Amino acid sequence: MKYTIGEPIRDTKAPEGPIEERWDTRRFSAKLVNPANKRKLRVIVVGTGLAGGSAAATLGELGYKVTSFCYQDSPRRAHSIAAQGGINAAKNYRGDGDSVHRLFYDTVKGGDFRARESNVYRLAQVSVNIIDQAVAQGVPFAREYGGLLDTRSFGGAQVSRTFYARGQTGQQLLLGAYQALERQIAAGTVEMHTRHEMLDLVISDGRARGVIVRDLVTGEIETHLADAVVLATGGYGNVFFLSTNAKGCNTTAIWRAHRRGAYFGNPCYTQIHPTCIPVSGDYQSKLTLMSESLRNDGRVWVPVRAGDDRAPADIPEEDRDYYLERIYPAFGNLVPRDIASRAAKNVCDEGRGVGPGGLGVYLDFADAIGRLGKTAVEEKYGNLFEMYERITGEDPYTRPMRIYPAVHYTMGGLWVDYDLQSTIPGLFVIGEANFSDHGANRLGASALMQGLADGYFVLPTTIGDYLAGGPFGDVDQASVDQALGQVTGKIGRLLSTGGTRTADSYHRELGRLMWEYCGMERTEESLRKALERIPELREEFWVNVKVPGDEEGLNQALERAGRVADFFDLAELMCLDALHRTESCGGHFRAESQTEEGEALRDDENFAYVAAWEHGADGVPVLHKEALDYEYVKLSSRSYK
Amino acid sequence: MNLTLKVWRQNGPADTGRMVTYQVTDVSPDMSFLEMLDVLNERLILDGDDPVAFDHDCREGICGMCGMVIDGVAHGEQRATTTCQLHMRHFEDGATVTIEPWRAAPFPVIKDLVVDRSSFDRIIQAGGFISVPAGSAPDAHSVPVKKDDADDAFDAATCIGCGACVAACPNGSASLFTAAKITHLGLLPQGQPERASRAVAMVDQMDLEGFGGCTNTGECTAVCPKGISLDVITQMNRDYLRSPK
Amino acid sequence: MAVTGAVLVAFLIGHMLGNLKIFLGAASFNSYAEWLRTVGEPAVPARSLLTVAEIVLTAAVVLHMWSAVSLARRASKARPVKYAKRRSQAGGYVVRTMRYGGVIILLFVIWHLLDLTFGAVNPKGFDATPYDRVVAGFAPARWWVTAFYVVALAMVGLHLRHGLWSAFQTLGLAAGRRRRFLDVFAAVFSAALVLGFVAVPVAVMIGVVK
Repeated sequence: MKYTIGEPIRDTKAPEGPIEERWDTRRFSAKLVNPANKRKLRVIVVGTGLAGGSAAATLGELGYKVTSFCYQDSPRRAHSIAAQGGINAAKNYRGDGDSVHRLFYDTVKGGDFRARESNVYRLAQVSVNIIDQAVAQGVPFAREYGGLLDTRSFGGAQVSRTFYARGQTGQQLLLGAYQALERQIAAGTVEMHTRHEMLDLVISDGRARGVIVRDLVTGEIETHLADAVVLATGGYGNVFFLSTNAKGCNTTAIWRAHRRGAYFGNPCYTQIHPTCIPVSGDYQSKLTLMSESLRNDGRVWVPVRAGDDRAPADIPEEDRDYYLERIYPAFGNLVPRDIASRAAKNVCDEGRGVGPGGLGVYLDFADAIGRLGKTAVEEKYGNLFEMYERITGEDPYTRPMRIYPAVHYTMGGLWVDYDLQSTIPGLFVIGEANFSDHGANRLGASALMQGLADGYFVLPTTIGDYLAGGPFGDVDQASVDQALGQVTGKIGRLLSTGGTRTADSYHRELGRLMWEYCGMERTEESLRKALERIPELREEFWVNVKVPGDEEGLNQALERAGRVADFFDLAELMCLDALHRTESCGGHFRAESQTEEGEALRDDENFAYVAAWEHGADGVPVLHKEALDYEYVKLSSRSYK
Repeated sequence: MNLTLKVWRQNGPADTGRMVTYQVTDVSPDMSFLEMLDVLNERLILDGDDPVAFDHDCREGICGMCGMVIDGVAHGEQRATTTCQLHMRHFEDGATVTIEPWRAAPFPVIKDLVVDRSSFDRIIQAGGFISVPAGSAPDAHSVPVKKDDADDAFDAATCIGCGACVAACPNGSASLFTAAKITHLGLLPQGQPERASRAVAMVDQMDLEGFGGCTNTGECTAVCPKGISLDVITQMNRDYLRSPK
Repeated sequence: MAVTGAVLVAFLIGHMLGNLKIFLGAASFNSYAEWLRTVGEPAVPARSLLTVAEIVLTAAVVLHMWSAVSLARRASKARPVKYAKRRSQAGGYVVRTMRYGGVIILLFVIWHLLDLTFGAVNPKGFDATPYDRVVAGFAPARWWVTAFYVVALAMVGLHLRHGLWSAFQTLGLAAGRRRRFLDVFAAVFSAALVLGFVAVPVAVMIGVVK
């Protein structure tokens, strides 16, 4: 696939000056909207997860008229709800040396030096407000006997800065945002449309002015117009078909925006989570994550000998390879996500994997049970053990768990500036949907932080600066008609193909291909193969997919087919991005770029930039580079030996 | 394994609906219940039939979107388990499995097994929140909360809003759902200022939506995937009775 | 439901204690019955207490039934389409007897009034002393009457078992640690009340009281 190099991006709109003052500077320089004018301004927010829910609620509270959409039956179902671990904040309640600067530093380093300093610093600053806000809303965080908030160390961080609500932190934070949103709906400031899916963006006079949505219940195609549009539609991990994302998570909203001119940042950065329950068969529809905290006490191993199919209990110590402890004696089982994932893949590639298809490694609690007693282990991990048993039918107290890495989060997304505005004026992108603050790898417990920082605190300020220039007048009807025509045309085409394969079966095949060629380890050869195969498969899809029913009423198969169609296009761009970035960094591992010990090898000289892809004329992607300059953090290579 | 499914098919809210029988073969015991339905739907699509519509999203038991009455029990007989987490190993080869939607007037059927639960959102709108604008909250440590209260509030807050409580209640009552939110917020110091008005507003909304009354049968808590206790209903009644109306 | 139920429970306690006086002999029992008629005289007319009690009880029964009917109607409105298959998960046999059990109890109360209050179906009729009426009513030969009473009283016990517990719950009393206590209390109390009531007819039937 060809691409061209476009103009570099020189201005990300981050203020100058000392990093700790930049957010203050921006807040002061941002124009304010007169309260009387706010009532005349409408903002569309698509998605109701942590970012979208909190943004819609906050904008409504500020006095804007908000129209909010979600494809689920209620805003409370957005997939933020499934986040387990916790949320980071630089509160330093423990006095263990944490600070805004340390959280900033850890996040930039954890992102393998591929994130913007200004954005990350702001994220760390705002993190403390999030906890205050959530507690005031009644989020039941874990507490200690003194009545104060409990925190824990998470994902290898050396300070205890992770606030949590048992294993359901995402749920509790989302319900907080959801309740704030429902309060605004009751107050009449937010107009909520559930079971609506965004299918295109309306651009008029160069500005994002609305969305085309499908009412999933009636099948009606509707146009909604506003003065600004906010996309908070989450990540695109489902391009791999199997991931820990919810079944409905998709790329359509951001992909359509990309096709209308928004640049796509770092599409290849994908996070693979090491502790998921392995695939059990061809019918598998999704993968389930087990909290990373399991690695605190579980020991990861595989048989020494390839093809050893004895039951785990029959494999004596000397025939077991505790490979993480062997390769990384300092961090052992607690190495970061990307390293643990790749190591699991390597041992399975050697034929030493366990369970169905040889795609799994053991996570063994026998030692922990021996050392702490079954009761203590049960107290710590009881919920997770139950979940594991429910899914696999195996008892982890007596038989080691089987785990395998799975796609979990996408660091890439629509490119945004410091104001979270995309390259289309008036189109803002927040949460996992933007390419965000995580660089090439996201630290544990940082996704919730970023979603809420964007929604509660950053966007409501920066969007005001844009809206102060509004209202923006009438929308050009021709652009609405053009978008409507495209949407109905695509639906008509999907319904009329009448082929022999379901959309799901194509999605599965695309997913397998992406996992194989653009997954945990990527090579020039594999990526070229993918770039050859994806267009072929897409072509076949468009002539051979079978979508039942019609455009009227609830048609879940039609919804899925539309999403798969966009995944094909995105998959291609991901592979292209992965192919062009010949270095390894964070969640992007190019086999050609590794140290002698097999660790990711960055190439800062050539790749210290954000790859922002434009959908060029004739569909040829144009690469715009945004150089990453580090003033406050010294680039170093990560080492966990 | 092979199963006979009797599935409720209903083309829309106006349709009367009926049970339709399907055979599914080669079901793996490791499949989830929804994966078994996926397999059925893939076949129906290729056969030119209309696939069975059902709600689902996270498929890990937390979003609350899935839910069907399986063999007469909301979310199936496996305790503390959502439909998406129910696995086929709990069924016997050759069994006949009856699948119906949540049945309640405030949950009208949209299609097949998909129902409209927006009445739950409206109950939350009536008062299931703490009013606090973004940006001005006091420091999180300024108000300590007793650990027991925080833990109890958390237990109530784990409700996923799936609606199984309503589906299982012989009276079609939404008391467990409503009470879980009233209890969660009412146990925390932050929730005190609105505690009385919240209980009244939410209970009144619940009645207005057309849910039945609670007769303390305990069916709701028995099928609740999160095991929310009847204690929350006691708390709701207490807050409701004590509030000036 | 809870409030009217509470009135009826209070009555049942008094009624049972009064019944047990039969074990103190005919004189004690009859004079207690007489006292009920004459209490407060001459300040208030005869049968004042009884009249008030009858009005309150009738009102309570009517309201209790009205609540039950409206709850049932609400329930059927809340579920217009029934399940093809439905299985209880709460194991609540007691709970399921509440509605039809209530009807059985009502029929029993009617028989009971005809029998021992108005004497219409009592062998000794209205003019006999209360003691005689009881002894005649539950005579060994009329064992089926006793059996009917026992069954009906068991039904009252079941009704109370859930009713009491449910009332605590509805009034918001059964929270936290008190939940278990009140649950056990409801069970023990219902059992005690049933035993107290059953004691009399059984004692008559087996000849302990003649």
